[in-house]
Amino acid sequence: MMTARERLLEQAKQRILIMDGAFGTEIQNKGLKEDDYAGDLGLGHDQQGNNDILALSKPEVLAEITRDYLEAGSDIVSTNTFSANSISQADYGAEGLVRELNVASAGLARKLADEYAAKDGRPRFVCGAIGPTNKTLSLSPEVEDPGYREITFDYLADVYQEQAAGLIEGGADFILIETIFDTLNAKAAIFAVKRLEQELGHEVPIMLSMTLTDLSGRNLSGHTVEAFWHSVRHANPVAIGLNCSFGAEQLRPHVQHLAKLTDSLILAYPNAGLPNELGEYDEMPETTAAFLREWADEGMVNMLGGCCGSTPAHIAAIAETVAGKTPRAPVKVVPATRLAGLEPFVMAA
Amino acid sequence: MNDATTARFVNVGERTNVTGSARFKKLILSGDYTTAVEVARQQVENGAQIIDVNMDEGLLDAVEAMTTFLKLIAAEPDIARVPTMIDSSRWEVIEAGLHWVSGKPIVNSISLKEGEDQFLEHARKCMAYGAAAVVMAFDEDGQADTRTRKVEICKRAYDLLVGIGFPPEDIIFDPNVFAVATGIEEHDRYGLDFIEAVRDIKEQCPHVHTSGGLSNLSFSFRGNETVRRAMHSVFLYHAIPAGLDMAIVNAGQLDVYDQIDPKLRDACEDVILMRREGATEALIDLAESFKGTDKVAEKQAEEWRSYDVVKRLEYALVRGIDAHVVADAEEARQGADRPIEVIEGPLMAGMNTVGDLFGSGKMFLPQVVKSARVMKKAVAHLIPFIEEEKEALGVTQAKGKIIMATVKGDVHDIGKNIVGVVLRCNGYDVVDLGVMVPWPKILETAKQENADMIGLSGLITPSLDEMVTVAEEMQRAQMKMPLLIGGATTSKVYTALRIDPAYKGPVIHVLDASRAVGVASKLLSDTQRDDYVGEIEVDYEKVRISREKKGKSDLLPLADARANAFKADFTDKAPAPAHPEQHVFDDWDLSDLRDCFDWTPFFRSWELAGTFPAILKDKVVGESASSLYEDAQAMLDQIIAEKWLTARGTCGFWHCTRDGDDVILDDGTRLPMLRQQIAKSRDRANFCLSDFIDPTGDWIGGFAVGIHGIEPHLERFKADNDDYNDILLKALADRFAESFAERLHQHVRTQLWGYAPREQLTNQALIKEQYRGIRPAPGYPACPDHTLKPILFDLLDATNKVGITLTESQAMLPTSAVSGFYFAHPESSYFGVARIGEDQLEDYANRRGMELSTAQRWLRPNLH
Repeated sequence: MMTARERLLEQAKQRILIMDGAFGTEIQNKGLKEDDYAGDLGLGHDQQGNNDILALSKPEVLAEITRDYLEAGSDIVSTNTFSANSISQADYGAEGLVRELNVASAGLARKLADEYAAKDGRPRFVCGAIGPTNKTLSLSPEVEDPGYREITFDYLADVYQEQAAGLIEGGADFILIETIFDTLNAKAAIFAVKRLEQELGHEVPIMLSMTLTDLSGRNLSGHTVEAFWHSVRHANPVAIGLNCSFGAEQLRPHVQHLAKLTDSLILAYPNAGLPNELGEYDEMPETTAAFLREWADEGMVNMLGGCCGSTPAHIAAIAETVAGKTPRAPVKVVPATRLAGLEPFVMAA
Repeated sequence: MNDATTARFVNVGERTNVTGSARFKKLILSGDYTTAVEVARQQVENGAQIIDVNMDEGLLDAVEAMTTFLKLIAAEPDIARVPTMIDSSRWEVIEAGLHWVSGKPIVNSISLKEGEDQFLEHARKCMAYGAAAVVMAFDEDGQADTRTRKVEICKRAYDLLVGIGFPPEDIIFDPNVFAVATGIEEHDRYGLDFIEAVRDIKEQCPHVHTSGGLSNLSFSFRGNETVRRAMHSVFLYHAIPAGLDMAIVNAGQLDVYDQIDPKLRDACEDVILMRREGATEALIDLAESFKGTDKVAEKQAEEWRSYDVVKRLEYALVRGIDAHVVADAEEARQGADRPIEVIEGPLMAGMNTVGDLFGSGKMFLPQVVKSARVMKKAVAHLIPFIEEEKEALGVTQAKGKIIMATVKGDVHDIGKNIVGVVLRCNGYDVVDLGVMVPWPKILETAKQENADMIGLSGLITPSLDEMVTVAEEMQRAQMKMPLLIGGATTSKVYTALRIDPAYKGPVIHVLDASRAVGVASKLLSDTQRDDYVGEIEVDYEKVRISREKKGKSDLLPLADARANAFKADFTDKAPAPAHPEQHVFDDWDLSDLRDCFDWTPFFRSWELAGTFPAILKDKVVGESASSLYEDAQAMLDQIIAEKWLTARGTCGFWHCTRDGDDVILDDGTRLPMLRQQIAKSRDRANFCLSDFIDPTGDWIGGFAVGIHGIEPHLERFKADNDDYNDILLKALADRFAESFAERLHQHVRTQLWGYAPREQLTNQALIKEQYRGIRPAPGYPACPDHTLKPILFDLLDATNKVGITLTESQAMLPTSAVSGFYFAHPESSYFGVARIGEDQLEDYANRRGMELSTAQRWLRPNLH
């Protein structure tokens, strides 16, 4: 039987694959109350705003959103688990539920993906999404003490492994390490997934998505796109790319740069434009789709979706506009020693 | 976009290594991490491409020290930008270090010392953390000392590593450098064994790198730095060609091979390469005579050091010697009432002498730039004292303030920098905004600084258009200050026709650096200014009138020009390329390029007129040219020995046909060309590049070459206030690019395309282009449209393949780069398209699929 990696690569040869869009805005639109979030989990804390907990307290809401994206044309749906790790859940007193949360969220996405695949015979995939947590390994939160760190690598790797194990148990095909603002956090996540692989005795394929903090093309830990690629290549990612950061228009040069470097598939899921004065995303689906059509025309992408502010309508517009376009052919990478500080460094081999 | 630095030979600094640097050890032991971090910063600023961190010291908690230091340097972007080498003999120190390094580091080291299981466990960890690894030639029986053992162990390690999926390109073998000339006979082979082992390992283990710690080699000569430096340099000189990729060495502990005393060099070579019996004894004997020799020689050469301080400053300024200027400036300051007096007194006096000598033609630009470097260093030393003395603030009475900039889209600044230096030397305050400066920045700075004038520079033709934009914006902002125009493509005619009408204030074209001071002083003079501006205005008006009269009568209609096309004889066309695939050269040998330098333009960039080599003996500029040439040679030695620059290039060939004036590649790519339209005398054709292409099927080639890696060196010179070396390096990098284009073209003619396999030309003949075929570049006379460059770059995938990018004005980055097309027809020759008519412009815009206004903008220099 083919592995998930092989099945995805086969699909990616034939067309540009469609990912899903944001959960946050969709959940917000449902107007849920504290009771909806808390359910009968009996957690001491206020749960309003803990979107990830809905996998246990209100799974039908998440199912509805995932279904909307599948209807819109998604080939790949992700789990609603951006903050389903013990660091972030501790804020809600829900750190004890991390494993259950991830199993449930992945199980829900798996079920729907399989349902849609059975319907039309087109394969669907589930990405188990791992967010960066709200802590960083590379930076000191205390200005006067640059050598201070809030967490350690080992601790963060344990946090990530717990989440990844839950996602795989629930049925995720891939672990999507996303919104990477700190490359070292991502390296801890990769380390954790590799350790999980060894424990499980089979491959747990990884996807990676970096987020930029400024237009010059660096993330918060200071890595350029190319340095980032060098730093995480050992993950042998099925796909690598960029998400969030800014809208498609501003993200374009950086996606293009990465697309010329890597032998992995290129994924990108930008925000729906830049936020307006009220902090809302108001880029119309057609506008986003028009930007992404150019990317597709230039053959620079393999997987497209949306991040903050994107809706099933955006995904449908993207799916429609890139249908039939030729996907990017991965670059053949010549052997060379690719090192990195914040900037890339190559020794020809 | 920042592309990766690519290196062939890497010096790994060892100043942040407690076993390699006594100072660093002391800092760490005393807990002075702040200063220790500064050591790392300096190392990177001095050009270290990788920093080695080692905390293996018995008195230290190495895990604690390693992690503390790595976390601290992670917070310093200037340091953290380069990769780290985590160096320890203890795995727990390495693993602790791996937890705090965010990029992709190198682990130094792992080995088979404790057996295969542990070796592979460490290797798997490296893979999980994402690190490359130095693998020592060390096994269960100990460190490998002979060539056979070194190679055996490395091959065994290689097979084991590749067996578990370790990427071979992430393996760096260290086959152990041991001390030679110890007096023990078995040690004599150590140097040679290492070099030979490196060659074997590279052969037997594809994609790996090799490395070595150099300081061991010369261990017997502790205390004799001259000999140690010579040994290290000689060793590298032989080990690098054998395949050594990396060495851990203090860059200050290396000499330029050619500059080592020949006797000492031979003796070192005898020892390292085991060239003769008794080599060790000979070196030991010779070593005695090199103890402390450096200082003696220096003292003798520096008689002038006994002069009084004012004389010394003047001497240093006129001779351009910067070695003692800070100490002398300090001495002068202590003897003066106020620090400003040192500048206004001896320094200005010295610079006036320089100015007089320059003005009267007794000194030349290279020397002036050197003098300016001395001045800058002295002033940099004095400024803090002046600022301390509050009432003296702003006292440096500059003659005037000039804002200088290379305009948006252009990256060339050699000429601008020279003008800046000359103006500064003559007492003007110059605010240099650098390259690629957008107009709002220029205008804003001019206002903020209350400047007296603006100087714009540019080398490529689209910059002319950008200058017009700056002029228009100055007019919109109702500015009045003079606008100076300079740079290789600018001309009085263009300034008069296009830039001057856009701005009501004075617009003046400055032909070269030597005119800049005269122009500036007239513009700032109360008595001369109005007359001067008036004269210029009249002069430019004349230019405009004479252009007007010329009219457009001498242009043929496009159809007539086409009818008068050049008719090439296609029975004679070049055969299909012998190697039609694309060729990429990641690191063309710089010494090879140096051999075919065309030196004449080099001297021209320094405003020294004459052809090489006659210029060196020229009665007027000979001395200056020779001295500049010597400095250039010394820098070339260093560029090559220390691998400052990397020449990367690519070329490709495409089968094609013709559609009118367009060349059509088989993949459908259209390369529209422009045709001469000026009415010709009877026999002369109206040329177009496509005339050289057989309409029934032919071949065309393309190339792009660039010189990479200049930035850290320029930064170093800038930080050191060293304009002279800054300009010198840029000028040399340009020479490398040009000679690379020449060499590659030759390689194409004789091998890759191979239409002239038996061509044999001297360097002179090459420079004079006495060969068959041409390589016109987009943006140059035969092919004036710069926007063909992106098409060429796409065909070559040049940005990806050789790291050359284009700015919005189609200037290439790195700055020293050349690209163009190859035409192989025996009758192909260079020509200038010159002025074209509206009919061709419209036709061309159509063929290019371009808005008329866009085509107009790009081709403006060909339209007036």
